[in-house]
Amino acid sequence: MEALLQITFGGLIFGSIYALAAIGIVMIYKTTDVVNFAHGEMAMITTFISFTFLQMVGLSFFVSFLLALIFAAIFGMTVYQAIIKRVQNAPPLNQIVVTLGLFLAFNGIAGLIWGYTPHGYPSALRGDSFQVGSVFMSPHQLFILGITLALMILFFILFKYTKIGLAMRATQQDMQTSSLMGIKVSQVFNLTWAAGAILGGVAGILTAPITYLEPSMMIDILIMGFAAAVFGGFVNLPGAVIGGLIVGVYSNWVSYYIGSELSVAFVFLLIVLVLYVKPTGLFGAKYVKKV
Amino acid sequence: MQLKSQKLKYIFNSVVLLFIIVYPFLMNMSGYWMTLLVMMTIYGITAVALNIMIGYGGQISIGHAGFLMIGSYSVAIIADRFELPFVITLLLAGIITAFVGLIISFSAVRLKGHFLAVVTLGFGISVPVIALNWTSLTNGYSGMLVTRPAILSELSLYYFIVGCTVLFLWFMYNILHSSFGRAFISIRESEIAAQSSGINTTFYKTLMFVISSFFTGMAGGLYAYWIGFVGPTDFPVTISFLLLAMIVVGGMHSFYGPIFGAVLFSIIPHFTDEFMGITNIVIGLILVIIILFRPEGLVTIVDWFKMNKTMEKADTISKERGS
Repeated sequence: MEALLQITFGGLIFGSIYALAAIGIVMIYKTTDVVNFAHGEMAMITTFISFTFLQMVGLSFFVSFLLALIFAAIFGMTVYQAIIKRVQNAPPLNQIVVTLGLFLAFNGIAGLIWGYTPHGYPSALRGDSFQVGSVFMSPHQLFILGITLALMILFFILFKYTKIGLAMRATQQDMQTSSLMGIKVSQVFNLTWAAGAILGGVAGILTAPITYLEPSMMIDILIMGFAAAVFGGFVNLPGAVIGGLIVGVYSNWVSYYIGSELSVAFVFLLIVLVLYVKPTGLFGAKYVKKV
Repeated sequence: MQLKSQKLKYIFNSVVLLFIIVYPFLMNMSGYWMTLLVMMTIYGITAVALNIMIGYGGQISIGHAGFLMIGSYSVAIIADRFELPFVITLLLAGIITAFVGLIISFSAVRLKGHFLAVVTLGFGISVPVIALNWTSLTNGYSGMLVTRPAILSELSLYYFIVGCTVLFLWFMYNILHSSFGRAFISIRESEIAAQSSGINTTFYKTLMFVISSFFTGMAGGLYAYWIGFVGPTDFPVTISFLLLAMIVVGGMHSFYGPIFGAVLFSIIPHFTDEFMGITNIVIGLILVIIILFRPEGLVTIVDWFKMNKTMEKADTISKERGS
C-alpha cells in the first residue's frame, strides 16, 4: 500500500510534466491547426540554452530560467514566422512532415553544438527529501508541482479574464470572423507559438534534473505529451491536463509493477483501447464532417 | 506521343535493371557497396508499401519501421527454431507482419489525422521496446544471428533480393492500378463520397494496412537475411520518419516517387555518416525545404520537364498555324 502511494505520487510528478508538454501541443494545435512534432526538440534546445547560461555564463538558476524562457518565446515565434506560417493551410501530412523535419534538424543542431554526452543538470531546490505521511518527497518534486500549478492558474486567468485570452479563444473558434472583428489574428498566432514554446521549455527544464541533459531527452516526454493530448481529445486544455496526470500515474505503475522500459508500450496499448472506444479521445468533441 | 513515353520508360527501366545486375562486379563485390544497394531496395519496397497507405489511401502512419522490425525478427526467429525453406520463411514473415497490421487496423480504421498519427507513432516506438524486453523470444540486447540459406552464396542472395524487389514492386503496381487502387484513392479524396458510391471504407482501410504491412514485413525479412543479424536498435523511430521523408520528398502521388526518395535517402547518410548530427540536420532541412518549395515532391521535376516540352510543341504548332 505504501509503495502504491509512493508510486502514485511519483506518477503525478511525471504527469505534471506531461501535462505541461500536452498543453503546449494542444494550444498550438487549437489555434494554428498544426500538430507540432518538433515541440519536444524545441523544449530540449531551450533547456540547453538555460544550461549554457547557468554553467558557462554562471548566472543564478532563476535568472537563467527566465532568460531561457524569453529565448523560448522568441524561438517559438521565429519558427512560426519562418516556416510554419507557410504550411498553415497545407494538408495535414505536409504539416506533419515539416515538423518532423524540424525535429530532426533541431536534434542534429543540438548534437552538433552541445554533443551527445549527457550532462547533469542542477535542480532549483536542493536538499534532502522528507516524509509526509508515508510518502517521501524531494524538494525538486514539490518544485515541479508548484510550477505546474502556478502556470495552470496563470493560463486559466490569461484565457478567462484578459483581452489577449479572449482574442485567442475567438481565433480558435472562428479565424475569419475574429479577424473581421478587428482581432490581429497573426499576432494571436505569434503569441500562441511563444506561449507553447515557453510551456515546452518549462517542461524541459523541469525534466533535465530527473533524467539527464542530452539531445534525445525530450523524445519520451513528447510521446507521453501526445498521449496526454490524445486522451484529452486534442482540443481540450483541461482534458490535456487530466490526460497528462492519467498517463503519468499509469506509466509509473507499469514501470514499477511490470518493467520500467515497457511503460511506453503499455501507454500505447491504453491509447489504442481508449481510442477504440472513443475515437476522439476521452474529452473530445464528436467529430462530424460537413459535406 | 503516348507510345514514345512508354518506350522511354521501358528503356529507362531496363537500363536501371541492367545496372543493378552488373553492379556487384563494378564494385568488385565489395560488401559495403552491395549493402548500400540492398538497403535501397529494402527501403524502396517499404516506401512504396507505405505509400499505398499514405499517398493512395490518405491514411498517415508514422510507425512503419515497427513493421520492418517485426518482419526481420520473424525471419530470425523462424529460421532459428524451425527448418523451413527460406522462401517459406520469408512468406511467413510477411504473413505474421500482415497479421499484426490487421490487429492495429482494428483501432486505426476508426481514427483520422493526428489521432492516427499518434497511434502509429506509439506503435513504432513500442516495437523496439518489446523486442528489447521479450528476452525469451528475441534475445534482448544481444539480438539474433540469422544464418544465410545454405544454397545461396552472397552474390546469389543479392540477386534473389533484387528479384524479390522487382516482383514486389510489380505486385504493388498492379494492386494500385486495379479496382483496389481506385477504391483507395476515392477514400483519400473523400470518405463520404466513397461510401455513398458503394465502397466499404472500413474494409478497404483494413486492406490497406494489411497489404502495406505484408510487403513491409517481407522487406524486413530480406534485411534480416542480408545483414545476418537483427537487433532491437535496427529500426528506431527515426527510420519511420525517414520512410515518411522518402515518400514526401520523392512525391507521394506517384508510384515512382517513393522509390526515388528511397534511393536519395539511402545515399545521403553515406556522405554524412561521419557525424550523426549532420545527417539529421541535412535530412531535416531537405524535408522542410522540399515541403515549402515543392510540396508535391521531386518527381514533379520530371512532370515539369514534360509539360515544358508539350508547351513548346503546342507553341510551335500554333505558330505554324498562324503563319
